[in-house]
Amino acid sequence: MIEIENLSYQIAGHPILSDVSLRLEKGGLVALVGPNGAGKSTLLSLVARLVPLQSGSISIDGLQIGKTADDVLARQLAILPQDLSVASRLTVRDLVGFGRYPYHKGRPRAEDRDRVDAVIGQFELTAIADRQLENLSGGQRQRAFVAMAFAQDTEYLLLDEPLNNLDISASRALMTLLRDLVTAQGRTVVIVVHDINYAAAYADRIIALKQGVVVADGTPREIVNSALLREVFQTGAEVAVVGGRPVVLV
Amino acid sequence: MIRWFCLLALCALACASLFVGVIDLRSTRPDEVWPLIRDSRFPRTVATLLTGASLAIAGQIMQQIARNRFVEPMTSGTGQSAALGILMTAVLVPAAPIGFKMAMASITALGGSLLFFVIIRRLPPTQPLLVPLVGLIYGGVVGAAVTYVAYQADMLQFIEIWMNGEFSGTLRGRYELLWLAGLAAALSYLVADQFSIIGLGEAVSLNLGLNYAQVVVLGLIMISVVTGLTVVTVGMIPFVGLVVPNLVSQFTGDSLRRSLPMTAMAGAALVLAADLLGRMVIYPFEMPVGTVIGIVGAIVFLWLLYGGSRLAR
Repeated sequence: MIEIENLSYQIAGHPILSDVSLRLEKGGLVALVGPNGAGKSTLLSLVARLVPLQSGSISIDGLQIGKTADDVLARQLAILPQDLSVASRLTVRDLVGFGRYPYHKGRPRAEDRDRVDAVIGQFELTAIADRQLENLSGGQRQRAFVAMAFAQDTEYLLLDEPLNNLDISASRALMTLLRDLVTAQGRTVVIVVHDINYAAAYADRIIALKQGVVVADGTPREIVNSALLREVFQTGAEVAVVGGRPVVLV
Repeated sequence: MIRWFCLLALCALACASLFVGVIDLRSTRPDEVWPLIRDSRFPRTVATLLTGASLAIAGQIMQQIARNRFVEPMTSGTGQSAALGILMTAVLVPAAPIGFKMAMASITALGGSLLFFVIIRRLPPTQPLLVPLVGLIYGGVVGAAVTYVAYQADMLQFIEIWMNGEFSGTLRGRYELLWLAGLAAALSYLVADQFSIIGLGEAVSLNLGLNYAQVVVLGLIMISVVTGLTVVTVGMIPFVGLVVPNLVSQFTGDSLRRSLPMTAMAGAALVLAADLLGRMVIYPFEMPVGTVIGIVGAIVFLWLLYGGSRLAR
């Protein structure tokens, strides 16, 4: 379980997060939504220890962020950061192999190579395993980076806007894959996502942030409605229920 | 395949290097051949190989740390800083032993490269070409400081030795420090994965539990030792660290575990070939290897810059 208590964060005196407390249980796909500047990415980066804590505390299965060694946390939690290097001449196999670094520390063993092969197969990257990242499409590259984070074999997988620059087919494929990781393998996935329809379609739980405060928290059916859109996003879009799930009419 | 070809070419060049020089081995008395090879030709050949291999590897590691394909120690202030260190030692402690000079050169090289990385951290990541430009200007400023100090100390004629690399003074007993540079470069193979990962950025490194700062400092120390030792022993040789890793990564990709051996071989071959060329074009005189590579390297650098966005990160 990820426990976030009284988390506040400021940049140059401006509050980005104000007294956020959340408990994320094991298992399930959690989506963080909210307008630009709501503090979603900062929250995720704090949990992933990419930025140092200012006040409040975060623990992951009892391991305190800021007090636990990086390589211990690297086996508990993996994050896909937002800006990834796109012009790398690493192959997909190299990249996924680095996901095993927390275990082999630069000396890959046979079991690491087997795991990499398995992950490459699971993410349907076998055909492009030996191609270089800079020669792949945005969707393929994003899939390879997610595969690297997945190869870390962590309980928790955090993804910061993984759907950026992906077309509808690549977006749906990635969300379906994440859904499968949660349902079939019991992983816990926390994702920052812009499009509330993707959150509503694939997430078990949606947490809405606005100006650094949690303003709504619940299942898609509970919280996605026109009142939420008005209050959080300041837009008057209607919400219809299609096939049992809420859909924002954009 | 390409690896074997490279190795074969390297062996051929190394053999040729033993036979090219002012003294023709065919018209030499048999008992003089061995001393000539032992004291001059062999040390020179080994020195070029070690210099080329270690400079190419230092360039590749600097490019990983900077996350930019257009930087290398000799054109980004590290080499100039090493020269400044040697000059300061020569001015302040003229009687210092070579080991002290070498240490000073490596320390000032480290300081110079740290400052360079502090400067480029502030540059916008959307403008990758700013990094080499700032590096060239920074190297120029440090180089100007070297000239100024040398002018004040009336040592201008000495700095040419360090600022423009050449192997003509390489004799037995005067090049052995380069083995240390070669060793430092070879050790980087042990942390090849770590250097590959920091090339993906700080966030990815942290996510994988890698101590980013530690690996960066390790890389900078390695770069500074190689640069310091090279400048002390043979002088500055530009562009090797720039063009070799760029060309090699076209074939091997960016995984250092795969590319480092090729980078080392190709760097050694380039410097050896340039030195051979320098020995032959105005025979029986010599052209410094730094000049030859400066010309060849500048052309390849321009080609890389204009070769399209494919090469830029």
